Amino acid sequence: MSIAHLALYLLPTLLLPLNAAAQIVARGNGPEPSTLDPHRCQEVACGNIVRDLYEGLVAEDASGQLIPGAAESWTRSEDGLTWEFRLRPGLRWSNGEPLDAPQFAASLRRALAPQTAAPMAALLRPIANAAAVSAGAMPPERLGVSAPDVSTLRITLDEPVALTDRLLLPIAFPVYLPALAQFGTQHTRPGHLVGNGAYVLQTWTPQASLELARNAQFHAVATVAIERVRFVVTEDAASELKRFQAGDLHITETVPPKTLTALRAQFGQQLRISPYLGSFWLGLNLTRPPLRENPALREALVLALDREILTRHVTGLGEQPAWSIVPPGTRDHRLPATSASNWPREQREAAARERYAAAGYDRERPVTLELRYNTSTVHRKLALAVAAMWRQTLGARVVLRNEEWKVFVQNRRARVITQVFRGGWIADINDPLDFLATFSGRDNPLNTTGFADATFDALLQRAAALPSGDARRDLIAAAEAHLLAAHAVVPIYFYTSKHLVDPRLRGFEPNPLDHHASRWLRWDHAAAAPPR
Amino acid sequence: MNEGTASTAPRSSRSLHGLRRVAGAALTALVTLWLLLTLCFALLHSAPGGPFDSEKAAPPAVQAQLAQRYRLDRSLPQQYLAYLYDVARGDLGPSFQYPDFSVNELIAQGLPVSAGLGGLALLLALMLGVPMGVLAAAREDSPLDRALMLLGAAAQALPKFVIAPLLILLFAVELRWLPAGGWVADDWRYRVLPVLALMLPNLAWCARLTRSSMSEALASDWLRAARARGYSQTRLLLVHALPAAALPLAAWLSPALIAVITGSAVIEQIFGIPGMGRYFVQGALNRDYTLVLGVVLVAGTLVILVNTLVDMLRTWLDPRLRNTTI
Repeated sequence: MSIAHLALYLLPTLLLPLNAAAQIVARGNGPEPSTLDPHRCQEVACGNIVRDLYEGLVAEDASGQLIPGAAESWTRSEDGLTWEFRLRPGLRWSNGEPLDAPQFAASLRRALAPQTAAPMAALLRPIANAAAVSAGAMPPERLGVSAPDVSTLRITLDEPVALTDRLLLPIAFPVYLPALAQFGTQHTRPGHLVGNGAYVLQTWTPQASLELARNAQFHAVATVAIERVRFVVTEDAASELKRFQAGDLHITETVPPKTLTALRAQFGQQLRISPYLGSFWLGLNLTRPPLRENPALREALVLALDREILTRHVTGLGEQPAWSIVPPGTRDHRLPATSASNWPREQREAAARERYAAAGYDRERPVTLELRYNTSTVHRKLALAVAAMWRQTLGARVVLRNEEWKVFVQNRRARVITQVFRGGWIADINDPLDFLATFSGRDNPLNTTGFADATFDALLQRAAALPSGDARRDLIAAAEAHLLAAHAVVPIYFYTSKHLVDPRLRGFEPNPLDHHASRWLRWDHAAAAPPR
Repeated sequence: MNEGTASTAPRSSRSLHGLRRVAGAALTALVTLWLLLTLCFALLHSAPGGPFDSEKAAPPAVQAQLAQRYRLDRSLPQQYLAYLYDVARGDLGPSFQYPDFSVNELIAQGLPVSAGLGGLALLLALMLGVPMGVLAAAREDSPLDRALMLLGAAAQALPKFVIAPLLILLFAVELRWLPAGGWVADDWRYRVLPVLALMLPNLAWCARLTRSSMSEALASDWLRAARARGYSQTRLLLVHALPAAALPLAAWLSPALIAVITGSAVIEQIFGIPGMGRYFVQGALNRDYTLVLGVVLVAGTLVILVNTLVDMLRTWLDPRLRNTTI
């Protein structure tokens, strides 16, 4: 065989697809994760990885249903205030050390300690004394968690919330405290990080990728099919798409803003779009003129928008038009009946003009509004369309203001110069209160509209004190109706999650929080390779 | 030792003079860097919005704890002095956005990647661009010259955010020869496309600069004199014209080298490369004060170093510069 021949044979092996090693999955994961400390993790990018590295008392299956996690069973007291979790026998950390209930309790105390400064601490507020502990007014030992024996964890609450939903959050995951004591903030490095999830951290190259390997100590390791997972930093959706097309990625974090039809034509069943517990709205600053004490004008703004056109032609990725705040499919929630959503266009626009006139404006004396959004192509497109609709239907003059992200966020929170602004919320837990609570309390930093209403706040408080069920659902419905009647926001659409998934990959199932733990994935080697 | 004293006296005074010059240059460099840091610190802190402003604002208690951890609860002059003290000890502080890493670590990981890719790209650009320019100048207005210069103009005009996706589309998506992006240490395949994308605009600059200064040199009187002596064309080109033509190239080299070493945010983002370039952009957007100051300090140091080296190179190339003080 000549050297030329040899080179001909060798060349293809050198240029083989990079993920040819069968049991590896490469996932696009958006920006660099801010941290791998579960108690400090706030954004989607770290959440995806942390859910592979750690496991809480409870877990989610591929479709998002609650299943036992580190606890094999649990009981809730009659009043819903005391929960007892029975840990699985023989639980171990990834380094082989036993994991018991006192360690779970210590972890929760650390999560809520003031020094941890956990951004999501408010979601564990229902645990007894949590507020005082995280404010530093009480020592962490006073937190309502205890371990009566090595395999039982008892959590006492101040409010009978659905605790298991909150225990799915990374802030409730156990952290291996000896590593924290030894390495400080570096306890999340490969080699230092000790977890109890389905995977362990192997490598972490900031701004490039993280590689995880199956954790032999995981209690359900026999059911975990994928041996290695690579989370890849993909900041640019267009580049991510190309890497998927090239076969370097098997799952993408998102898709670039193209129309649904174009993406469908190109990717067919590889494109996975499903409802996501997120809501997009335009906030109205109720503390400043002209929107303050002007419900008629606010209602006119709500009525004048054609959400079908906005979602089909402007955002275009299967978003569902919204006339309310809480997305459909949220637990303890029913979609409020908003009559305007079914009106034909003429009726809706006539009603909008009628309200506009009632507010004291017409085409000769139009209102001038500032519509503020953070710099992004998608937001700009939407703002342009909204401004055009308000101008056409009402004759309103809309000035578009785009701002750099941090400036925008600060202005929105300060409520001093804003009028109409981009708003929205992505749920952390499957609970309508997660959405509605952003409108309660004037001093709440999340309350960007300045909506302050005692009735609304009282309804939310009563709902928070009830366990899941019809009574709670009714209170939540009343609260949402109250908020909508005040027209504090202009609902636009409910979000969808958008991914490209290799057709040979199984176990990637749609779920409302868009959580896709790698332990549920597996390769179907019989399936056809993606068409190129 | 004593017998040498008399003869070494003038030499030691010369070296003392040299030492003084080096010390002076070092002092100037330090003051420059200090001014740079101070300006940057003031600009960053006067920009609206802070590192912990986000879509979901943390509760005030958490904000206060974070502020305390990062010393943001102190007055600006106190923060500034504390930061300078840390920098003087070589500690650039923890990153605000990536608290699991210190800025030292992030730069230690990012700079070699950026510098490696950029250095290779520039080296290739020089190795290919100079011969291209010489060739084009030697055959001025020939079809070869026009073709090379047309290619150069195209590579110069096309922005990196166009070249890079085109390369990916061709070599990764269509031909599937190379990965479409990402980074695996010690795997050359991940470096090919980024180096190519970084090299092309530099290659174009280099070729066009070489060509124009070469043709200027070739038209000069002293070259005509050399030609009249009957030297060969190769000797005329390489020994006589090229060193003179290299001067503008050396002047171009210092900004080009700094730009490629500190990394290109565009290229790094498109290819998903863990370099330092994207920290300039990301750090500023995230108000990651320590990270921005850190990369600015490193870039500033590099600018001073590279400028000094290039000045030395130019002095070596151009005897006229030798007796002037820089």
